[in-house]
Amino acid sequence: MPEHILALRDIHKSFGETQVLKGISLNVTAGEVVSIIGASGSGKSTFLRSINGLEMPQSGFLDFEGLSFDYHPESRFFPTATQLQALRKKVGMVFQSYNLWPHMTVLQNVIHAPIKLLKIPRAQAIEEAEALLSRIGLYEKRQSYPARLSGGQQQRVAIARALAMKPSLMLFDEVTSALDPELVHEVLVLMASLAREGMTMLVVTHEIAFARDVSSRVLFFDKGVIAEDGPPEILRNPQSDRLRQFLHRILHDEVAGAGAGYGGTQQ
Amino acid sequence: MITDFIGEVQIYGPGFLLAAWTVFWLTILTIVVSWVCGLLAALGHRSKVKAVRMVAAFYIWFIRGTPTLIQVFIIYFGLPQFGVRLSPFTAGVLSLGINSGAYVAEIIRGGLTAIPRGQTESSLALGFSPAETMRSIILPQVFRIILPSITNEAISTLKNTSLLSTITVVELTLYAQTLIAATFRPFEFYIAVAVIYLVLTTFLTQLAAWLERRYALQS
Repeated sequence: MPEHILALRDIHKSFGETQVLKGISLNVTAGEVVSIIGASGSGKSTFLRSINGLEMPQSGFLDFEGLSFDYHPESRFFPTATQLQALRKKVGMVFQSYNLWPHMTVLQNVIHAPIKLLKIPRAQAIEEAEALLSRIGLYEKRQSYPARLSGGQQQRVAIARALAMKPSLMLFDEVTSALDPELVHEVLVLMASLAREGMTMLVVTHEIAFARDVSSRVLFFDKGVIAEDGPPEILRNPQSDRLRQFLHRILHDEVAGAGAGYGGTQQ
Repeated sequence: MITDFIGEVQIYGPGFLLAAWTVFWLTILTIVVSWVCGLLAALGHRSKVKAVRMVAAFYIWFIRGTPTLIQVFIIYFGLPQFGVRLSPFTAGVLSLGINSGAYVAEIIRGGLTAIPRGQTESSLALGFSPAETMRSIILPQVFRIILPSITNEAISTLKNTSLLSTITVVELTLYAQTLIAATFRPFEFYIAVAVIYLVLTTFLTQLAAWLERRYALQS
């Protein structure tokens, strides 16, 4: 049996009266690339954000690299602030709106966390950051401020910033949704290359082509539960009516983009 | 005429310079006190603890709702009743600082709401504590946003130091009053004082403009 890097059990989350997550369980194996699809309001973003505690579940369990949390408020395994930070240092997250820090240069954005949190010497942090920036093709921009960059460039820097912490799991929350169509590709290509290198990834996305071509597993969220969980083939052969209807709606919108492909198919 | 003027500058100039120097230091120290008070009140206003929020709200409400001069009098004339006897200078810095702090708090509060939630989230998601996030991500951005308003507040503070003439701080206004009492020439001396205030406020404005250029978000 392959080792689970992340295990979630029975995660519940409500906002006021609205139940957003109704008992989600998920095991993720190292190297898996899991695409999470579903209509807006299905709970997929909330689920992603509950993994690193940006949203605190009201109940449920998490296991990740030696950390075990029980989210029941009275549990003695309820995560402390320190434990939560320990988790977040190993789980990278990339957001829809990039969220680069505008008062820091590209390089400063990338080295800030490794220097402060991993206590890496500044010179080494810079060296590693420059290697990362070269890799994403933005070495030339290292002294620029984020406002000078296109959306796609900013999002690639945001990915580099997360990678600089050498995470063992990456969370992507609709990272291409805010981008102009012509900038989506460069971000997806970078994510596909990460996937090929064996990075464990959870990707909330509307890009069906990415889910189909790059991920090793697809989750379909519907009304706060995982309605389907399987290999990318379920996108061609949906088992449930809900997924079939969802795909029908989505694919009608992106007939042109569906054939793009990112060449990262994992077996 | 010219020699008269030179003679008078020689007589009164050093005293004015000394008084201006006092105003300068009053202003600097008051600004420091006001930023500390303002930051504490602004952060206190978003505290999870209700009591802290209430203290912050009361502070801002009380200070903004009462005259500055009365606040100065409470500190300088009122506190000695409880055994707290402050020098005029210290009482002046403290009272004006606490006063300006309430306005600074409101400015900082406005600045904080202008920073998108995502700025905090991306820092927390990397593993930073909320305190460190506030210190190295949020406040540096807030500082840049509020610099113009905070400059206005600093200029008000500088001009408010003239209120301290009422509690015997020998700053520009009181010094001029002393001279006027001896020479009966209010027009010349008040104009002279106004010009010196103008020089000082212009200096502050220029300093702020330089800071704004220095720390402007490149875009």
